[in-house]
Amino acid sequence: MTTATATTARHSARKPKARLRGDRSPAASVALHLTLFIASVIAVFPVLWVLLTSLKPAKFATTTDFFRETTFENYTNLIRDTEFLSWFGNSVVVAGLSTVIGVFVSATTGYAVSRFRFPGKRGLMWTLLITQMFPVAVLIVPIYNIMSSIGLLNQPAGLVITYLTISVPFCAWMMKGFFDTIPREIDESGQVDGLTPFGTFWRLILPLAKPGLAVTAFYSFITAWGEVAYASAFMVGDENLTLAGGLQKFVNQYGAQWGPMTAASVLIAIPAALVFLFAQKHLVTGMSAGAVKG
Amino acid sequence: MAVHTSQSVAKAAGDDVARGPSRGTGNPPPPSRLRRAMSVHWYAWAMVAPVVIVIGVIIGYPLVRGIYLSLTDANERNVARSIGVNELPATYSFVGVDNYVDALTGTQFLGTLGWTLVWTVSCVGITFCLGMGLANILNRRIAGRSAYRMALILPWAIPGFVSVFAWRFLYNEDRGLLNKILGGAGIDGIPWLNDPTWAKFSVIAVNVWLGVPFMMVALLGGLQSIPSEQYEAAEMDGATAWQRFRHITLPGLRPVSTTVILLSTIWTFNMFPVIFLLTRGGPGEATQILVTQAYKFSFEISPRDFAQSSTWGVLILVLLMLFAMVYRRVLRTQGDNW
Repeated sequence: MTTATATTARHSARKPKARLRGDRSPAASVALHLTLFIASVIAVFPVLWVLLTSLKPAKFATTTDFFRETTFENYTNLIRDTEFLSWFGNSVVVAGLSTVIGVFVSATTGYAVSRFRFPGKRGLMWTLLITQMFPVAVLIVPIYNIMSSIGLLNQPAGLVITYLTISVPFCAWMMKGFFDTIPREIDESGQVDGLTPFGTFWRLILPLAKPGLAVTAFYSFITAWGEVAYASAFMVGDENLTLAGGLQKFVNQYGAQWGPMTAASVLIAIPAALVFLFAQKHLVTGMSAGAVKG
Repeated sequence: MAVHTSQSVAKAAGDDVARGPSRGTGNPPPPSRLRRAMSVHWYAWAMVAPVVIVIGVIIGYPLVRGIYLSLTDANERNVARSIGVNELPATYSFVGVDNYVDALTGTQFLGTLGWTLVWTVSCVGITFCLGMGLANILNRRIAGRSAYRMALILPWAIPGFVSVFAWRFLYNEDRGLLNKILGGAGIDGIPWLNDPTWAKFSVIAVNVWLGVPFMMVALLGGLQSIPSEQYEAAEMDGATAWQRFRHITLPGLRPVSTTVILLSTIWTFNMFPVIFLLTRGGPGEATQILVTQAYKFSFEISPRDFAQSSTWGVLILVLLMLFAMVYRRVLRTQGDNW
């Protein structure tokens, strides 16, 4: 492949009529690198700036120096003086539970929709698709009222149930996409060996779909981790907040505590970003596969 | 053929594992057929049952209740609630479609809808163009490609609400970095979030920043699936770079683009955190989109107006479903089997 392109490139040098791919002037190279470099700076800088600010003493938070008396006091203050750790714990519990339950409940459905043809399948697929475009505004009021009447408002359990409205349709849809990529011959071989359809699913397909399950779970976790609307409306009281609600405590209309805010941002972002950068290649594959094949 | 109807239908359906009679092959099913359908399909139905039940209970029921609330005059003062030990029953009443009439004839809904459309179209348009440009650059052989890719993906990897606060930090009018840089260059500070027009610009900028990585990665995946033979053939015929882009790249990206544009439109239309955390819809109501305004009705004003909030929620859902249907139909008439 590389040699082939190189040959064509050499051809073009001899009789230049139209510029070929992979063949560009030094000026074009510089322009491309410059574009990418500027774009990368714009992409990275806000995040980097938060990281740098979190390492400055709080009173210098709004200075323009990159480094100034580097210290971890924002982090120690954050953990000692605020409820950050309980917010973190709440977020882990809520996002974790809604992910585990979401994946568990929807795995068999993803498989059934991927493999079987049955009455009601079309309707179910449409439901899964449409529920994913539900605006938060359409469910938040009724769910708020229901939760308030059964006493689950301000409880992690209430938020977990609410997040299932997001994670179940999403997980089912995404896992259908992953199951679609597993050859059907494997199912057939399972049937030949006398496995029931569920046995085939459980013993043959599920182990093969582990990467897909992991990506689905991860994506669902991140969605719950970053959810703002339900968390802000349902959870009140300092120790009940999730991270999305807690971070709002530092910056509001009365003023801003940039020191603890930036430190908290870094602590929230690092684990998510690390896992994300490892998993992102599969994320798009799974999502577009599910969406395109419909 | 006549004997094995179900067989041939199943064969036509391709490689389905569980072969069963297809729908719509004749008269309405007599009970015996229902039983037969049950015996053939019970496996599939049992496997989808958990999701159907969960969706019915936690999405279906609230949805029906939300639609009902939108037909009442429910607010904070007349819904069922408990104050201390006293249980107060609900006293709101059915008012028919009054809320919808009010919303659709008043200026507030239509005004907010107008800005929401501007917001959605500009965000999706700009994001798509930038994503397309960057994906095309990254698809070339260029030194340091994976490093650039990592850097460009970063905004997607950070939880959205964290990035929004980072931007709020930069946008701060008195002490934010952006205005300090401008000040250093001798330019007056810009009221990024406090002037209606600048606030609109600022929220769109942040949403584009958040959205480009997804667009770029998705389109990059699409670009890599275009066979390079097509480009080589075009080069043989002397096609220019623009012609190759116009006649090979764009058509080749069509399946991916239609999907990401649809997804991105729905996400942007419903984008709650950016507006809510950056400006709270302000200054005034300048940056309020439909979703944040509906949220404001039910959680930020007093008394909380549940009925109006539900009405707006239902209208948003109807608009999105209409959009998805029209979008699909347009694609289908253009010969796409989506």
